[in-house]
Amino acid sequence: MINRIVVGAHYGLKDWIAQRATAVVMAVYSVLIAAVLLVVRPATFEAWQGVFANGVIKFLTFLFFVSLFYHAWIGVRDIWMDYVKPVGVRLTLHVLTICALVGYTAWAAAILWRL
Amino acid sequence: MAEMTIKKRPKNLDLTTIRLPLPGKVSILHRVSGAGLFLCLPVILWLFGASLGSPESFATFKSVAGMLPVKVILAGLLWAFVHHFCAGIRFLLLDIHVGIEKEAARQSAAVVFAVSIPLTLILWGVLL
Ligand code: HEM
Repeated sequence: MINRIVVGAHYGLKDWIAQRATAVVMAVYSVLIAAVLLVVRPATFEAWQGVFANGVIKFLTFLFFVSLFYHAWIGVRDIWMDYVKPVGVRLTLHVLTICALVGYTAWAAAILWRL
Repeated sequence: MAEMTIKKRPKNLDLTTIRLPLPGKVSILHRVSGAGLFLCLPVILWLFGASLGSPESFATFKSVAGMLPVKVILAGLLWAFVHHFCAGIRFLLLDIHVGIEKEAARQSAAVVFAVSIPLTLILWGVLL
């Protein structure tokens, strides 16, 4: 019988780098959007919507969400790997996490592209 | 092979008696905040979507966000994001070997709390 490891921390450096790269993207976006909101000070619905309807902000916001979901996938996967040992349960949790995050990506796109 | 390397050393894995140093507290709270943010993503996305959808959904957003239980959750999420952000920046600096000496690392852990707690309160005052 071949004892193939189907889950584990063998994805290595690529994910480690991706988690850091997405972290930097989110950190930069957070400071940027805070600055924009501080300058614009949207007080009404129209003003608030106007901020995110702006093409550049819309693009950056979507980039933030995509980064967030990829970042969260790596982070949450690491957490499952640390605490959940039975392979079946762990794989199920991994799949559910991916499903949720893929769904959230579509949700975020739907919110932003309605604007 | 594995048995050869395992030494019988005394260990204490009792979470209630381990005295976690400050950098350890930053670290575990970074994990807790990341997990909490992840679990609340549907709430965050729903609120974000409602706030941008239409004048009607914006009004719904405002009334929902004004309810006390929601406010408590949002306060928690705000803290989680700010702590995760500050601790995350510290980890990124440690990753590129900035401040990895013991004393410096302890100080930067204290800075994380010194920044994240007041910043959470300020943002709370501004936003909610
Ligand atoms: C400005 C935004 C953010 C920055 C700078 C940041 C930074 C980081 C860094 C550097 C790590 C790796 C820590 C380590 O391996 O020790 C990490 C882990 C993680 N992040 Fe973030 N993050 C941000 C936003 C978020 C958000 C919004 C979420 C929520 C979904 C999130 C969820 C997680 C999770 C679950 C982990 C794994 C925690 C662990 O393994 O202990 N992060 N973050």
